[in-house]
Amino acid sequence: MSRRGLIGGGVAAAGAGGAFVAGRLTQGAEAAGAGPAYAFRGAHQAGIVTPAQDRLHFAAFDVTTSSRGQLVALLKAWTQAADRMTRGLSAGEIGPVDGAVNLPPDDTGEAIGLPPGGLTITFGFGPGLFRDAHGRDRFDLAERQPDALRELPHFPGDNLDPARSGGDLCVQACAEDPQVAVHAIRNLARIGFGTVAVRWSQLGFGRTSTTSTEQSTPRNLFGFKDGTANVKAEETAALDQHVWVGAGDDGRAGWLTGGSYLVARRINMTIEVWDRQPLGDQEGFIGRTKGTGAPLSGGDELTQPDFHLPGADGPVIPRDSHVSAVHPDHNDGARMLRRGYNFVDGSDALGGLDAGLFFLAYLRDPRTHFIPVQLRMAKVDALMEYLKVTGSALFAVPPGTGQGQYVGQALFA
Amino acid sequence: MRIPLLAAVLLTVPVVAACTQNPKSGTGADSEDRAVTVASTDDACELSASEAPAGRLTFTVTNDGSQVTEFYLLAADGLQIVGEIENIGPNLTRELTVSAAAGTYVAACKPGMSGKGIRSGFTVTPSDEEVTTSLDEKGLIEEAEERYGDYVQGQSDELLAKTKRFVRAYRSGDDDGARELYADARTHWERIETVAESFGDLDPKMDAREADLEPGQRWTGWHRIEKDLWPARAEKYVALSTKQRAVYTDDLLANTEKLDRRIGGLEFTVDQIANGSRGLLEEVATGKVTGEEEYWSHTDLWDFQANVDGARVGFEGVEPLLDQKDPDLAQTLEHRFDDLQKLLDAHRVGAGFAYYDDLTSEEIKQLADAVNALSEPLSRLTAAVLS
Repeated sequence: MSRRGLIGGGVAAAGAGGAFVAGRLTQGAEAAGAGPAYAFRGAHQAGIVTPAQDRLHFAAFDVTTSSRGQLVALLKAWTQAADRMTRGLSAGEIGPVDGAVNLPPDDTGEAIGLPPGGLTITFGFGPGLFRDAHGRDRFDLAERQPDALRELPHFPGDNLDPARSGGDLCVQACAEDPQVAVHAIRNLARIGFGTVAVRWSQLGFGRTSTTSTEQSTPRNLFGFKDGTANVKAEETAALDQHVWVGAGDDGRAGWLTGGSYLVARRINMTIEVWDRQPLGDQEGFIGRTKGTGAPLSGGDELTQPDFHLPGADGPVIPRDSHVSAVHPDHNDGARMLRRGYNFVDGSDALGGLDAGLFFLAYLRDPRTHFIPVQLRMAKVDALMEYLKVTGSALFAVPPGTGQGQYVGQALFA
Repeated sequence: MRIPLLAAVLLTVPVVAACTQNPKSGTGADSEDRAVTVASTDDACELSASEAPAGRLTFTVTNDGSQVTEFYLLAADGLQIVGEIENIGPNLTRELTVSAAAGTYVAACKPGMSGKGIRSGFTVTPSDEEVTTSLDEKGLIEEAEERYGDYVQGQSDELLAKTKRFVRAYRSGDDDGARELYADARTHWERIETVAESFGDLDPKMDAREADLEPGQRWTGWHRIEKDLWPARAEKYVALSTKQRAVYTDDLLANTEKLDRRIGGLEFTVDQIANGSRGLLEEVATGKVTGEEEYWSHTDLWDFQANVDGARVGFEGVEPLLDQKDPDLAQTLEHRFDDLQKLLDAHRVGAGFAYYDDLTSEEIKQLADAVNALSEPLSRLTAAVLS
């Protein structure tokens, strides 16, 4: 059954030249007042260049089975359920209320009556799927482990909680409605019991990036606009250069062509200390004004920062500002597609907000597009004083899933 | 906080603006009269008014030019700065608020930040919002600056002397002696931590924690030796050899001497003193109250106390100024320092303190609450002193 009667035609076949593009708005859905719906299947997985939704539930799983067959069966089952849920359907074919009364329903039911809510479900594979902690091949996949898919090195400022880091598999569920995102993870976790176990999960509210030029830039918990210079869906050349893994990138991992790498970092902000910084200092740390988000070198939000414009004491955009530290001009041109979310997990033992930015970034190669940038940030970024990274993980995100395929099928072919 | 760059230490001291008896701005027509807009371009500086009634004036400066600009309100002599605002990028708007007594002034935009700027006369007319200038303010500032400079130098001297003793004990294998000297010697570092940290090359060599390191960076300094003296929490720890001890102690001592030499030439402005006070409490909030600073030795409370000592000296240095400008804030800060000190005193053991891992979570929460209670008003100190 459909969660809300039927929304238009379910999946839409749209896209240039008749290509089936995942993450494209399903025609008719929005007009019907149901909010957007994005196709699950396509050349790339949805939930990457899809206009960033407002809510997130992200989960990392440990694979508990040693059977390759069971692992593949799970990926097939997850593909089916994800395909259904992104269309606003129940996770299982029977649904939350139509089954036998002496059986638990095959959908948990909290999304009854809710529209698809722009739900996207994106899957990724961690290094542990290929080799265990002792380097042993787990599922006859080690030969195909991408070179760049290794545990990230320790970065200064990392204070990682192992219970919030790593994972053999990940699922990113994004939606406009938190209940829809939670519903997706909950039902996928349920399908996975016995094959996988949830290692950690993270809720996010309030997107902190734009992934489309049609979106306005939101604010992070420092109160600043974030993600102004993000790689956007419309920049197809930049996506090929910085986000999608190219055909010749890794000879052993051809299956990843058209996929991407996902860096997930739980970045706690020392909120209370930040809030006591004078406005001028805050703007200096970021390199932008707090109001409009314009770079301190002038203009409006979308004006390119001028790192050479002299100010009273060095450049008017301080060299240790965040904008300067991470700008592509200072990082060999490396760009990322950031897709992070604000999070607040209540308060810590000292009464401070357990809050910050759940950083998600899609990029072509962590060795060129993330590790050097993070190291430079640790060295020069004034913002680091207000950040503490408490969780970290890296995943390889397979390309999109075609009709009749399951997610990551090329890896197992 | 932004660590003050040492290059900035010798910047012109802004003459602290006149003290307002009634800091509330006027209402009605009056407050409009006191709001002046300034349009700064590459070759013009246009003010919406050339006069305003005495009191709290707000200049809203918009940069319509192509270079970074600055705006100044100068005394009649065109030299003394009554108020200034720097680093206004093209298309940006910034606000300057000053308390001005009746008299003649000079307003100046400085596009490109060089030369005398584009100047015009500005008149402040008498009003019922009385502004009195404290004659001894200059004296108070000079005194605060001098005393704080002496304090920093004194702490640096003691740090060097006690580091020498600590190094001698540790090097000779007198581990008990070294453990006893460790926290006490570091007290002098922590009291002036914001100054020490402003030397970006020395701080990572002297005070880095293991988690601060980047790949390939050699770990040296106080905390490297701390781990060797208190290795209980370390996994599969291999103690340092006599030769290694010599290397690490030589390094620490050489850097401490370098620090002491550099501190010798420093002068501090009142805003740096006030900012330093705030910064030291931030150090408490981010590193000490969480028990992260002294991960191996658990001597965090020594550092905690030392940060508070330094913050209090900074505050008390500028307190005579603050008493004139914002007596309520001065009083609040005094009370909150006292409250925090009472809590710290309760953890004294002999000449030192309890180890941090002996505190209950409730006791730590109390300390954190007191740090928050003090830090919030302390974050307004610099602006109040400069008002």
